[in-house]
Amino acid sequence: MRKPSYLALVGTALLLATSLTPAMAAQTDITVGMVLEPPNLDPTAGAAAAIDEVVYANVFEGLTRFNSSGEVIPALAQSWDISEDGLVYTFNLPSGVTFHDGTTFDAEDVKFSLDRARAEDSTNAKKNIFEGIDTVEALDANTVRITLTKPDGLFLFQMAKGDAVIVAPESAADNATNPIGTGPFKFDDWVQGDRVELSKYEGYWGNPVALEQVTFEFIADPTAAFAAMMAEDVDTFPNFPAPETLAQLDADPRFSVVVGATEGETILSTNNANPPLDDVRVREAIAHAIDRQAIIDGAMFGYGTPIGTHFNPSNPNYIDLTGQSDYDPDKSRALLAEAGITDLTLRLKLPPPSYARRGGEVIAAQLRAVGIETEVTNVEWAQWLDEVYKQRDYDLTIVSHTEPFDIGIYVRDDYYFNYSSDEMVAIMNELNDTTDPAARTLLIHKAQQHIADEYVNGYLFQLAKTGVANSKINGLWENSPTQANDMTGVSWSD
Amino acid sequence: MVDLVTNDEPRDNLFLVALKSPSFVIGLVLTLMFSIGAVVSFFWTPFDVAVLDILNRLKCPPAQNWVASLQIPSAENNWFASWACQSAPEYLFGTDHFGRDMFSMILVGARTSIAVAFIAVGIGIGVGVPLGLAAAAKTGSIIDELIMRSNDLVLAFPALLIAILITAVYGASATNAIIAIGIFNIPVFARLTRGAALSLWTREFVLAARVAGKGPVLISIEHILPNIMNLLIVQSTIQFSLGILAEAGLSYVGLGVQPPIPSWGRMLADAQTMISFAPHMALLPGIAIILTVLGLNLMGDGLRDVFDPKLRRSRT
Repeated sequence: MRKPSYLALVGTALLLATSLTPAMAAQTDITVGMVLEPPNLDPTAGAAAAIDEVVYANVFEGLTRFNSSGEVIPALAQSWDISEDGLVYTFNLPSGVTFHDGTTFDAEDVKFSLDRARAEDSTNAKKNIFEGIDTVEALDANTVRITLTKPDGLFLFQMAKGDAVIVAPESAADNATNPIGTGPFKFDDWVQGDRVELSKYEGYWGNPVALEQVTFEFIADPTAAFAAMMAEDVDTFPNFPAPETLAQLDADPRFSVVVGATEGETILSTNNANPPLDDVRVREAIAHAIDRQAIIDGAMFGYGTPIGTHFNPSNPNYIDLTGQSDYDPDKSRALLAEAGITDLTLRLKLPPPSYARRGGEVIAAQLRAVGIETEVTNVEWAQWLDEVYKQRDYDLTIVSHTEPFDIGIYVRDDYYFNYSSDEMVAIMNELNDTTDPAARTLLIHKAQQHIADEYVNGYLFQLAKTGVANSKINGLWENSPTQANDMTGVSWSD
Repeated sequence: MVDLVTNDEPRDNLFLVALKSPSFVIGLVLTLMFSIGAVVSFFWTPFDVAVLDILNRLKCPPAQNWVASLQIPSAENNWFASWACQSAPEYLFGTDHFGRDMFSMILVGARTSIAVAFIAVGIGIGVGVPLGLAAAAKTGSIIDELIMRSNDLVLAFPALLIAILITAVYGASATNAIIAIGIFNIPVFARLTRGAALSLWTREFVLAARVAGKGPVLISIEHILPNIMNLLIVQSTIQFSLGILAEAGLSYVGLGVQPPIPSWGRMLADAQTMISFAPHMALLPGIAIILTVLGLNLMGDGLRDVFDPKLRRSRT
């Protein structure tokens, strides 16, 4: 009789435990799944999107920030005045703001952060966004004045980027492993290869957040991501890596699937310096060989929007140029013949995401159909960054460029496309000097048209944001206007 | 026990003896089935596996729909109704997520598996057997020690670890997978050869050859090798099946044959996240691997029974 009664006891305890759960308050911890682990946690010293996906808006704040629809809204600068000539920005800062280590935030920290980012020895990945700054002056503890060398219509937009967050002189050097910012969550722990843990910062100056604990789990394998979601080991996966399983997750009442837009232009990046890819006819031939819809259906199970240039289709300034590089294998063959190309074999290096690996198989088959052979190599991210991005030892690769308004990469002469065009530089310089919205729109159209005319890369599709979350979670971003997993407005309903 | 295996029974009868063993026959049939499939795939497949047909993706085998339509007379509900799926009669085994015909993929995958395993076993025999013969001929010498201890070293590493090492340094490719599996095969054959050869070196006919003035190289080739051939054949079939498994395993983790060449292992990896709505994509290559490996193992067992006089006598 002893054993059954013991079992009964355990059973009762279990029953009690389960029946008690609904009576308890709403959950205050969340586990967020991410595909890639950040190489470090300092957004002012790294280009990896994964850094911002952990710390942006959560740990670090800038003068301005992006909201869930991509608009620039006040952050540490509560308000600002812009002089008539567009050269002087005066930012008003709140008082009572502290960094997570207890030190006070004031105008001097803004001056330090911006001067550090634009210094000669700066390791900032986007040093160019600070180039227009002439001086940064701390007028008093709560006012900072920034003078530009020339008017810049994008200045507030640039200051909202993760690269422009405000750091403290006391802790800036260690931010890579121990990030200290002014955000609502402070950094707790980073178990390399597994997770980053954040917790609520009690001394936060702004609107209090609902969550107490935020854990970012790094799960690169789509199968493992699906398993983790099904087992509820992760509560949400903002960019779910297995689009083929979305229908199944959507049918499950435990989860909600939200498909939104990202800033990710997924392109067939082309090494414009490698013959015969330096011939625009060959690049055009590749563009006409590609059937975008087949790639979206085959690789992404229908999630994605075709693009014809390096620009986000949900942006009002986007022009649809897909018709210019429509699927036309005959034209492609004719162009190759005109360029005198026979027996062309290109190296196609594919990073891990399924859009690249599966998309690569589809593209390889499409190129073969017009007579271009490909030598496909699957590479890991570290390898991709080294071989493709740094050494530019590739012909073709597939990657999603997830930054907002990144058409400027086409004038960077050190960029891995190996593309340079004086005409494009002229357009972008003119754009930088223009503040009139109508004139800017025209120039942005011109830039889009130019890279489409030059067939710099194969423009495939805009990556969809396939977010999966426990259906009890509220306040997650539907779209991904910038690289971020903003947890400040997230809460559980019970 | 004194007589030699080869003198025990005329050679031409061995095959007939083997055919009496049911496991050998089953093994032979399975092995032949996949070998013929692989050979046929060189000349003909129902569809071109290099051509993707996205519109026809994820078609299930018609057999699955046939099961779904089954009515069990006594049951109220149709038990298998949820199995219903989109199928097309021209795709006997269905299609994968790119709309490639699964039957063609399995055929070409058999070619890949067999080619990789065959060359890898060839490397194992080509390097391992001479090493084993040399070690046996110079038993106790420094050469013997050197060969056998390096063998132990290689054996101590799991095959997959060697493969990861090679592919990490030289990149993932079919060639590197073959080399990795081949290296793993070398000590297996070297060890087997040395053990069998050692016992032969003490026999009278070898002594006679030595008295006649033959050197160790000539004795190894003329007298030792023919007498251990049967052991090598049996071991080859076993290693062949292990090679197919290893190729599938390496391709599964992305270190083996690269796309677009079909491989059973990579087909499994592709199918992983789709198993809930396209189970045929995982089941078919899985069954192909199982049947091939089973076939080779059964055939190896059958051959051993035939070649090993002790086993054969105990059976009769």
